[in-house]
Amino acid sequence: MIQMKLISKRFGSINPLSIDSYMNADGYKGLEKALKMHPNKIIDELEKSRIRGRGGAGFPAHTKVRALSKQSGDKYIVCNADEGEPGNFKDRSIMENDPHAIIEGMIILAYATGASKGIIYIRGEYQNAIMIMKASIKAAEEKGLIGENIQNKSFDFKIEVRSGAGSYVCGEEFSLIESIEGKPGRSRTKPPYPTEKGIHNLPTLINNVETFANFSHIILMGGDEFAKIGTKSSTGTKLISLSGNVKNKGLYEVPFGTSIRDVIFKLGKGVKNNRKIKMVQLGGAAGPIIPEYMLDMSIDFDRFENFDSKTGTGAIIVIDDRFDLFDILLINMKFFVNQSCGKCAPCREGHVQIVNLLNKFINHRATEKDLMSLENLANVIQQTSLCGLGQSSMTSIISSLRYFRDDYFSKVRY
Amino acid sequence: MINFKINNIDIACEENTTILAAARQHNIDIPTLCNYPDLEIKSECRVCVVEIDGRKKLFTSCSTIATEGMIINTNSPKVLNARKTIIELILANHDASCTACPKNLNCELQSLANKLGIDDNRFPTVLEVKPLDNKNPVLIRNINRCIKCGRCIDVCKNVQSMSVLDVMGRSKDIEITPAYGKFLSDEYCVYCGQCASVCPVGAIIEKDDTDPVWEAINNPHLHVVVQVAPAVRVSLGEEMGMEAGSIVTGKVVAALKYLGFDAVYDTDFTADLTILEEGTELITRVTTGGTLPMMTSCCPGWISFAEQRYPEILDHLSTCKSPQQMFGALAKSYYAEKMELKPKDIFVVSIMPCTAKKYESQRVEMRIDNVNPDVDVVLTTRELSKMIKQMGINFESIEEVPFDKPFGITTGAAAIFGATGGVMEAALRTVYEIVNKEELTNLDFKSVRGLEGLKEAEVELGGQKVKVAVAHTLENAKLMCEQVKAGTSPYTFIEVMCCPGGCIGGGGQPYGTTKEVRQKRIDAIYSVDENMEIRKSHKNPDILALYEDYLEKPNSHKAHHLLHTYYHARKK
Amino acid sequence: MILLNEILSKYPKEQEYLIEILLEYQTSKKNHYISSEDVASISKYLGVPESQVCSVISFYSLLSMKPKGKYVIQVCHDVPCFVNDSTSIYDKLVEILEINDGETTKDNLFTLEITECLGRCNEAPAMRVNNLVYVSLTPAKVEKIINDLRGEKK
Repeated sequence: MIQMKLISKRFGSINPLSIDSYMNADGYKGLEKALKMHPNKIIDELEKSRIRGRGGAGFPAHTKVRALSKQSGDKYIVCNADEGEPGNFKDRSIMENDPHAIIEGMIILAYATGASKGIIYIRGEYQNAIMIMKASIKAAEEKGLIGENIQNKSFDFKIEVRSGAGSYVCGEEFSLIESIEGKPGRSRTKPPYPTEKGIHNLPTLINNVETFANFSHIILMGGDEFAKIGTKSSTGTKLISLSGNVKNKGLYEVPFGTSIRDVIFKLGKGVKNNRKIKMVQLGGAAGPIIPEYMLDMSIDFDRFENFDSKTGTGAIIVIDDRFDLFDILLINMKFFVNQSCGKCAPCREGHVQIVNLLNKFINHRATEKDLMSLENLANVIQQTSLCGLGQSSMTSIISSLRYFRDDYFSKVRY
Repeated sequence: MINFKINNIDIACEENTTILAAARQHNIDIPTLCNYPDLEIKSECRVCVVEIDGRKKLFTSCSTIATEGMIINTNSPKVLNARKTIIELILANHDASCTACPKNLNCELQSLANKLGIDDNRFPTVLEVKPLDNKNPVLIRNINRCIKCGRCIDVCKNVQSMSVLDVMGRSKDIEITPAYGKFLSDEYCVYCGQCASVCPVGAIIEKDDTDPVWEAINNPHLHVVVQVAPAVRVSLGEEMGMEAGSIVTGKVVAALKYLGFDAVYDTDFTADLTILEEGTELITRVTTGGTLPMMTSCCPGWISFAEQRYPEILDHLSTCKSPQQMFGALAKSYYAEKMELKPKDIFVVSIMPCTAKKYESQRVEMRIDNVNPDVDVVLTTRELSKMIKQMGINFESIEEVPFDKPFGITTGAAAIFGATGGVMEAALRTVYEIVNKEELTNLDFKSVRGLEGLKEAEVELGGQKVKVAVAHTLENAKLMCEQVKAGTSPYTFIEVMCCPGGCIGGGGQPYGTTKEVRQKRIDAIYSVDENMEIRKSHKNPDILALYEDYLEKPNSHKAHHLLHTYYHARKK
Repeated sequence: MILLNEILSKYPKEQEYLIEILLEYQTSKKNHYISSEDVASISKYLGVPESQVCSVISFYSLLSMKPKGKYVIQVCHDVPCFVNDSTSIYDKLVEILEINDGETTKDNLFTLEITECLGRCNEAPAMRVNNLVYVSLTPAKVEKIINDLRGEKK
C-alpha cells in the first residue's frame, strides 16, 4: 500500500454537491472540535503538526497563521485555487470531489485568527470548480456554518468566490491580492508582507487549497498524531498529480517520504509502451528536470529545497525518450514569456532572450559563449526577479544544465 | 539605531531605513533606474540589487529595509554581473539610436550603461518598432524608447489623478499608453508634461519647436519678441550646470538677445496686469453677487482639467487670460501700434516652464484677430537651454542685461506667480489695499506659501472675513472642484496650479525636478520678490501708464476684448 | 447595453468586482469581447478610469477587446499535453478550421487559441470550447466535436 488517503479519502464516495453527504462522512467534525478549543490552541496544534504549505514553496503553515492572529481589525483569509502550474490538477480535484473540506479548513482558520472575510480565488479555466464551490458555500451558509455568529460562537465569517481571468502569475501571493482588488496581477514590492498588508492593505493570509483541506484532519487527529505521518521535515500526505507518458496518469495520495520511482512505477504502472524515461519534471513548468537515475529521491520538502522552486506542488511529469530536452525547455520558457506580468525588467526582458538562446541550441547554431550566456542569464533572472515567477521559472534550465549538460554540449557548434 | 555593514564599512541608521537610503547617507553609490525621489518605490528595474550575506537571492536596495547585523555588498561580482545583465536586457528592447534622441547625454539609461561599462550587448535586439504618438501639439510619445519604469504612470495617476497612462498588455508586450492604446489627443490629457519631466529616457518628450523660432529670428521681415515667464529665471541655470535655485534673470535676457531676438520682455509685466484684471473681477463678483468662489485661470493645465472633467464649474473660473496670452494679445495690438508695426509682422515667442502653454497658445480663443495666434511659438525652459547650447553661449559668465521697455517695470507680486500660492498672495496684496483702502503693512502671506498640497488663509476685506485657498497638483484641484461642484466650498477665491509646486515645478522645467529642487526654486522666487523695489501690482507705474494710455481701466471694454476669454466643456 | 446594466446592477460599485463583471459580461456576449463602449460604461459605473479598465482587460488572457468566434477553442500545449501528442490535436484543428493560433474563422464560428494548462493533465491532451473542457482527445475525436458544433449552428 503506497497510497495513504487522507485528503482524498472521500473522493468518489460522497456527492460533492451534497453537504449532508459530506457531513455523514465525518465532514465538519474538525470544525465542531475546533470551535470547542481556544483559538490559540488551534494554532498550537497546527504548529505541532509541522504542516508545510502545499502551494509549492513549503513554508511552515502555522507561522503565517500565527502572524495573522496577532493582527487586529478586519482581516482576510484567502484560499489560493489559482492552480495554473502545468502538470497540476490536485486543487481542482479537491474542489470537484470534496469542496467542503476546503470550506471547513477556512472556517477553522477564521475562528483561530479572528478573520471575518474569506475569498476563494479560482482560476477562470476551472468553471466546474467555480460552480461547485459557489454551491457549497451556499449550502454551508444555509447550515449556519458560514455567516454571522457562527454556531453561537459570536464570530462572523463570509466566503466569496472570485474568478481568475487567465493569468498564471496570479498564483503568486501579491499578484493574487492585486487581482482580487480588480487590478492586473502584478506583484508588489515586499515588505510589507500579506499578513501585514494584503487585500486593501488589510492583513491577509493566503493558503493553498490542499493546505486548507488538511486542517480539519489535523484538528481531528491532533497535531502530534498528524506529524507521525510522512517524514521528519515533511509531515502528512501529499497529493501527487502524475502525468505525462505513464500508463496510469492520475491523482494519488502518498505519505511524504515515498520515492518518486514508486509513484511512477507502482502507482502509474510505468512508462507507456515500455519506453525509457528521458526525464521527469517535478512540480510543473517552474520545477526541476531530473534524469531517471534520480528517481529514488523521496518526496520531501527538504529534498526539494535544493531546487529553490515550486517542486513541492507534487506534480510529476514523466517524459519518455522520444522527446528532446530542448522541446520541453522551449515549451516551459515560452510559457513564462507569456505569463510574465511584465513589471520587473529581468523577467520581462529575460525570458524572451532565454527563448532566443534556446532556439540557437535547437538550430545547432549555439556556441560555447551562448551556453555561458544562457547559464548567466538564467541565474540573473532567478536572483533578481521581483516575484516567485521569475525566481522559479529558471529551475528547469538550471537543473538541466546540471543533469543534462551533455545534451547542451551535443548542440553546441565548435 | 540599526547597525550593519555595507562594503565592510560600519553603518548606523534609523530603523526602517532602506539599504539605498542608508548607503546614500554614507556616500556609497548604488545605481538606480526606476527609482525617483518623491515617487513610489517601484523596485521594477532591479538595477539597484545588492548582495546580503547568507542570502542566495539578490535584493533591491530601494525596497529592502536594513536590519541589525546585515552584511551587505553593493559591488560584488555577482551584483555587478546582475546589474550589467539587466541593463543589457533593457537595451535589447530599447531604441538605442542615442544620437537621434533628444535625451542624448541627458538620459538615465545611457549614463547607467556608460557607468556599468557596457560597450557591447550580449543580447540581440528584440525591439518591435511601433509608431509614434505625435498627433497633439505638445508631447511626443515614442514607445520604442520606453523602458517601462512606470514613473509616468505614477505621476499621471497618483500626483495628477488623471490616469491617462497605464500599462496595457503583459509580459514582453506591455506598453505604457492611454486607454485602448490610443493617442494622447484622444484622451483627457491636459498636457501638463509631468510624465515627460520624470521619464528617464526619451519616451515622452515635448515637441521641439526651436526650428520655427530660428526661422523667425533669421527672417528679416519679422520683428521677433520674446517673453520670459517668472519661473524660468530660477530654473534655467540648472540646465547650464548651475545650482538649483540660482537666479539668472539678467543672464536669460542677455542670452535671448544674443540669440537674436529683437526685444526681450518679461511675462511678469502681464502677471501684474493679470492681478489688476483678476483682482477687479473678484471685487466685482463679491460686491455684485457674482459666481463665487472665483478660481484662478493662469494655468492652462488646470483650465483643460476643468473643461474636461468639471464643465459644471466653468462659471467659477476667472475670465482673465493667462499672463502669457495677455502678453501675446498686447504685443499684437498695443505694442504693434506703438512700434508702428503690422501685427502679422510681429512674431511672439514665449519661454515657459510649461508644456501645456504650447496647447494654450494654439487655442482658437487666443487669437485677437480670430486668425493668427497671439503667441506664435512656446518654448519650454529645456528648449531654450538647447538653443543657448547650440549657440555656444557661456551662460555662467554672460553679462546680465535688463528687460526691454515699454514693459520694463515689474513687481515682486508678479515674480511670485511662479510658485504655488504666488498668484493668491499677489492678488491679496492688491485686493486688500483696494477694498480696505489702507496700506498693507505685512506683505508676506506666509500661510499660502510652500509645498503643502492644499493651503488656506483668511483675510479681512471690507470688514468681512474671507477665506481663500491654494491648491496645486490636479489631485488637489479635484478636491477643490468637488467642493465647488457640491456647493460646499467655504472659500471666496481659490488659486489652482496644475503642477506640483506651481510653475517652478512645471512639465517644461529642467530634468531632475524633485521636492528638494522645487523648494530651492521657490526660495529663489521669494528672494526675487523681497529684493524688488515695488512688490504690489497696482503700484507698477508701467501698468498704470498702460491703462492710462490704452486700456482705460481694469475690466474695461477694451481690456475685456484683449485680456479676457471664455471656456467650454470639451471631451479631450 | 441593457444586458450590461443588468449585470452591473448585481455588483457593488467597487473596483474589486471589475474582473467578475468583465468575465460575466463577456461570457454572455455572442462574440466574447468587451467593446470600448462597454469599457466606458463599466468605467463610469465603478468609477475606475478607462485606462485602468483597459489595463485589466489587456492583462488577462481570458478577456478580450477584440471580437471572437461563437466558439473559442483553446488547446493546451503545455508539457503534459505536449508529450501526449497535443500537436496532432492542434494540427487537426488548423487543418479543418483553416485558421491559426489567435485567428477566427470567416463565418465567425470558431476562434482558435493555444492556451495555458487546463489542469486536465491526467486526461491529456485537453482542450476547452467556451466553458466546456474536452479530454483524452484524438484527432478523430476533435473532428467529431467540430462537426457537432457546426451542426449545432444549423
